Amino acid sequence: MILVEAGTPMLEMSHLSCSYGGPVVVDHVDLRVQSGELVGFVGPSGSGKTTLLRAILGTVVPIHGSITKPAGISVAYVPQVETVDWNFPVTVSEVIVMTIRRRSWWPITSKAEKAEVNMLLERLGLGGLGERHIRELSGGQQQRVFLARALARQPDLLVLDEPTSGVDVRTRHEILHLLTDLNADGLTIVLTTHDLNGLAAHLPRIVCFNKTVIADGAPIDVLRPAVLEKTYGAPLEVLIHGGMPVVLDHAPFLRVVSEPA
Amino acid sequence: MSMVALVGVVDLLEPLSFGFFRRGLTVAVLAGALCGLIGVYVVLRSLSYIGHGLSHAVFGGAAAAAVMNVNYFLGAGTWGVASGLLIGRVTRRKLLSADAAIGIVTTASFAAGIVLFNKFGQARRSIDAVLFGDILGVVATDVYAVVGVALLVLAVVIGAYRPLLYATFDSEVARVTGGHPDLLDAVLMVMLSLTVLVTMRVIGVLLISALLVLPASIARMLTDSFSRMLTLSPVIGAITSFVGMNLSYHVNTSPGATVILINAAVFLVVFLATGRAGRRRVAHVHV
Repeated sequence: MILVEAGTPMLEMSHLSCSYGGPVVVDHVDLRVQSGELVGFVGPSGSGKTTLLRAILGTVVPIHGSITKPAGISVAYVPQVETVDWNFPVTVSEVIVMTIRRRSWWPITSKAEKAEVNMLLERLGLGGLGERHIRELSGGQQQRVFLARALARQPDLLVLDEPTSGVDVRTRHEILHLLTDLNADGLTIVLTTHDLNGLAAHLPRIVCFNKTVIADGAPIDVLRPAVLEKTYGAPLEVLIHGGMPVVLDHAPFLRVVSEPA
Repeated sequence: MSMVALVGVVDLLEPLSFGFFRRGLTVAVLAGALCGLIGVYVVLRSLSYIGHGLSHAVFGGAAAAAVMNVNYFLGAGTWGVASGLLIGRVTRRKLLSADAAIGIVTTASFAAGIVLFNKFGQARRSIDAVLFGDILGVVATDVYAVVGVALLVLAVVIGAYRPLLYATFDSEVARVTGGHPDLLDAVLMVMLSLTVLVTMRVIGVLLISALLVLPASIARMLTDSFSRMLTLSPVIGAITSFVGMNLSYHVNTSPGATVILINAAVFLVVFLATGRAGRRRVAHVHV
């Protein structure tokens, strides 16, 4: 981990465009993420969110424009849990250890590394589960194992793809609290999500995205019917509840429709 | 110890008094351990068909080397490694499907080997010996070669343990976090080619892929831990090869086939003994 002062740019995208050789998937994105921010990208399937993450991670090369990060920062990535091979013979500890750079030539985990792994497991509420196979865990625990693997790299920037995809309400709350805590400790976090109410509405900053940036700001400012319709191409209604926006699928029989002032 | 038991032990140890058998046994045990070790990656990366194909490709190289009177390891090794890298590259770049790439490269190479053997029948090694393995053909050079390759593979597996595990389990994330999964894929293909090259003489072209898959699959049924699987699989490969080789001498059967049958028998026993857990684990093994 290198020290990137809070408030200095962690990511800077300038006229960024990406494609896979065919149509443009990400089109002229201008965006800046400051160090210490927690930003969520929301948008429909196929809107280019994952491509944007890949550009951030450096696995997709822009066809136009640029994306810059401070030199030497450590970036960690948590993939969608659906992409994980849950039958691979690997224990919780082994998942975390595989990312730790070895300090000796011998492959067996050292005492210091074991202590490091145990500390991470305790921190993420996975204490005592190190020898379990990854399939034997609950959905929330599984997500946290991959978060632990990412944190073992002591990242400056944490990138997550759909961290609440396919999890239940309780697990979603756990993940949200965990990300909020990590961000409070100074970690810069960028994530994508489909979960407008359960996750996006609780983040300090969200970016509505469909090939390009439609809107960017606090959820209360961004989650508006006009923005959502432009992003998703379908009418969505927004209810304000306890000062927070709640997005509803368009249902003509629902009369409670309001536009934040 | 009774006289009968003593005679039994003497009978059992009889083959060890022959130099050719000791050399063959050494190569077979090391080949079993080596195939068991590399087989873990073969099974977990769904490369078993590549292993099968590579053995056929190496056969073509062996034939060409014999005809051109070039050293077997040099000729067949170059051919095998080149085939392995070519298959890996074609597959990774998605120029062809993996099946098509393996089918084209390796069967063409295999066919070339057959034609060369047909055309130049005076070649030193008969087709049968290469296809099914031949303990009588094992010379001291074979022992050195298998020891060398085993040490090399062991060094790579130990030295690159974590990057190899990362790239095998989750290559996309490994790449993102500074790993080099493409380089490791190439290294693995080279190790696989060399393994096939040095084990082919005892086990035979047609049976090598089974030795790459069976010990690793047996180990998979016994554990859910990668490190334990990586330890168990070569031990299983070595023990089954030792037993198979000795049995083949006493019952006068092909050593390669006997080793594979012993492995298959152990697989069946472990499959039945580990119950649902073993069946669940092996159901997801990509063979």
